[in-house]
Amino acid sequence: MSISRRTLMRNAAALGAFAGTGFPHIWIKNADLARAAAGEIKVGVLFSLTGTTAIIEESLNKATILAIEEINAAGGIKGSKIVPIVEDPASDPATFSEKARKLVVGDKCVSVFGSYTSASRKAVLPVFERQNNLYWYPTLYEGRECSKNVVYTGAVPNQQQDEFVPWLIKKFGKKFYLIGSNYIYPKEENNYCKKLLAKYGGEVVAEEYVPLGHSEFSSVINKIRSTQPNVIFSTVVGDSVVALHRQYRAAGLDPEKMPMASLTTSENEVAAMGGEAAAGHFTSAPYFQVHKSPENEKFVAAYRKRWGADKVTHFVSEACYFQTYLFKQAVEKLAASDITPPNIRDAVKGQETVAPQGRVRIEPENLHTWLWPKIAQAKSNGQFEILVEAKEWLKPLPYAAYPGQVCTEKGLVEKS
Amino acid sequence: MRAAGKRFAGGRSHGDSRVDQFIEQIITGLSIGSILLLVAMGLSIIYGSMGIINLAHGEFVMLGAYTAWLLQSHFGLGLLASLVPIFIVVAAVGWIIERYVLSLLNNRPLDTILATWGVGIMLQQSVRLMVGSELRYVQMPPSLSDSTDVLGFSVSSYRVFLFFVAIALFAVTWLLMNRTTVGMKLRAIMQDRSVAASFGINAKRVYALTFAYGAGLAGLAGALVSPLKSVSPDMGTGYVVDAFMVVVLGGVQSLAGTVASAFFLGELSGAIAFLQNDTVAKAIVLLAIVVLIRFRPEGLFATRVRT
Repeated sequence: MSISRRTLMRNAAALGAFAGTGFPHIWIKNADLARAAAGEIKVGVLFSLTGTTAIIEESLNKATILAIEEINAAGGIKGSKIVPIVEDPASDPATFSEKARKLVVGDKCVSVFGSYTSASRKAVLPVFERQNNLYWYPTLYEGRECSKNVVYTGAVPNQQQDEFVPWLIKKFGKKFYLIGSNYIYPKEENNYCKKLLAKYGGEVVAEEYVPLGHSEFSSVINKIRSTQPNVIFSTVVGDSVVALHRQYRAAGLDPEKMPMASLTTSENEVAAMGGEAAAGHFTSAPYFQVHKSPENEKFVAAYRKRWGADKVTHFVSEACYFQTYLFKQAVEKLAASDITPPNIRDAVKGQETVAPQGRVRIEPENLHTWLWPKIAQAKSNGQFEILVEAKEWLKPLPYAAYPGQVCTEKGLVEKS
Repeated sequence: MRAAGKRFAGGRSHGDSRVDQFIEQIITGLSIGSILLLVAMGLSIIYGSMGIINLAHGEFVMLGAYTAWLLQSHFGLGLLASLVPIFIVVAAVGWIIERYVLSLLNNRPLDTILATWGVGIMLQQSVRLMVGSELRYVQMPPSLSDSTDVLGFSVSSYRVFLFFVAIALFAVTWLLMNRTTVGMKLRAIMQDRSVAASFGINAKRVYALTFAYGAGLAGLAGALVSPLKSVSPDMGTGYVVDAFMVVVLGGVQSLAGTVASAFFLGELSGAIAFLQNDTVAKAIVLLAIVVLIRFRPEGLFATRVRT
């Protein structure tokens, strides 16, 4: 065989140039159609159906579509049907931004539901801010954002940690091992966690980040053995969660003495790692599939009926579901001629709905959501057992880790 | 040693803790290395003997993991019992691809890079379309799901098992290459295809068998690592990178080089991950390979093999 390095490079470069050129979106139809004409309200649904995060985003697409179908079956919004325009951004931030432009500028959607990762949200943000459109983001995330063009319906750090961290210290001890995937979300969560630890007398024995998609945790497990923490505080995401749990179990570590406390492990990840690897570990989130409420029973039953009996619901798909209902409520308040993204944004402020997790409310100041924090322990049957439920809903504070800053209706304000 | 291990598991005394850590880290490195070896072996066979840069290697790994999942969830077959069927299924896929795609391109290196890349994408997407993109679950054999004592250190039994399987598969492969007629024919073709053909060796058939064997090994690797990691349609992407690093560092036509480089990379990345973290380890390992390749372009072991 004889490939010289030079020919190989040349061919690779040519291939790259070809792939990079891509196919611009020149086929944008219906460019002059009015936003809510002919009894139709167009919304974008922007979750990856292919690529790395398709694993989870597929379920977000499904929950959103389910809610839209339910609303339409019940007569739509004052007689108008919601028409979902589904795009596949393929887990790639650049494609997210391109598809978002297409949905907002080309299709004239009045809102777009989308994104799982922070990277993809940051990528579409400029599009929504420039076009003054509205993005609905269902994922728990790191906070520290104050956009007037995004409605955030997932938890921010204070809603997952304020109760969780002191509870863990009390129950297991004060030595925390912080482990996360190497990107912004885990770093900001750990940032807030360290503040809480300082406040409650906890201590960080190690803080470490593994590459995204990492699946070899033996060295991490050796370090855990040698530092002997009381709690492993995990913000590892995606399939790394599965690898970490399975290798933790295979190494013979004991969740009763040294549990993992996660902000990211949901029913979805538990199904993939197997109940026995998840059993005994803890997660803090506003929603678990086992939560008992009439709204949740209805949601779980409808989801399974529509998408398959083996499917699970989790804390991000639940937010997808209720945020679509909040969208409906907001649009209902508007006259047909007033259905524009800024009006929807103003109408959604202070809206409340009874979500599967309990009653939720959009905070007018920062467009984040009042939620019901819960602490649950994973069981070997793949479900959670809820151990602690908040007595009242908790206000979202996206800048909780930054006392000098606060997100208000006018935007980010620096306090002196 | 056993006593030292007990102390280690508990509060640990200060005297020999560094030695303990060192030995434990060596064991960890061997475990990481054995997984690398498992994943790289199939690629090493195909690349080394046929000169085909098989970019669909990761997808063969993925197919093996999915076959394990399928056999387990639909036919109730445990992982150990399904190893032989998995090997056959993935080898058959490999055989079909060699027979109907690669051999039609006369196994020309540049054409086959593109072809195997395309085949890989198709395999990935067809799995996604057929069984969906959720993560899948493959159960660890219950008999191996606890941990055992190795030199007084508690190590996952399954990892120990993987280590021995990797060594065994290497031995089988070595024997196939060096002690069987097919292996001899293959080595003859590697030296000079036309001369070998003039001696009546059916090169096409030997190539098809070699590719199928390499694919089967990749499939086995996928099935074997799936209980420790996760199963998803794009899981192959990470493995193909690891496998290429191992094969390139070890020397393209050297099985022994593949073994040495797998364990070297395992120890290196394990040690750096322990001293620093996995992000740094990944960067330094890549850098180390670049530097080594700069001074030894044929890889570590190239000169020793071709006898």
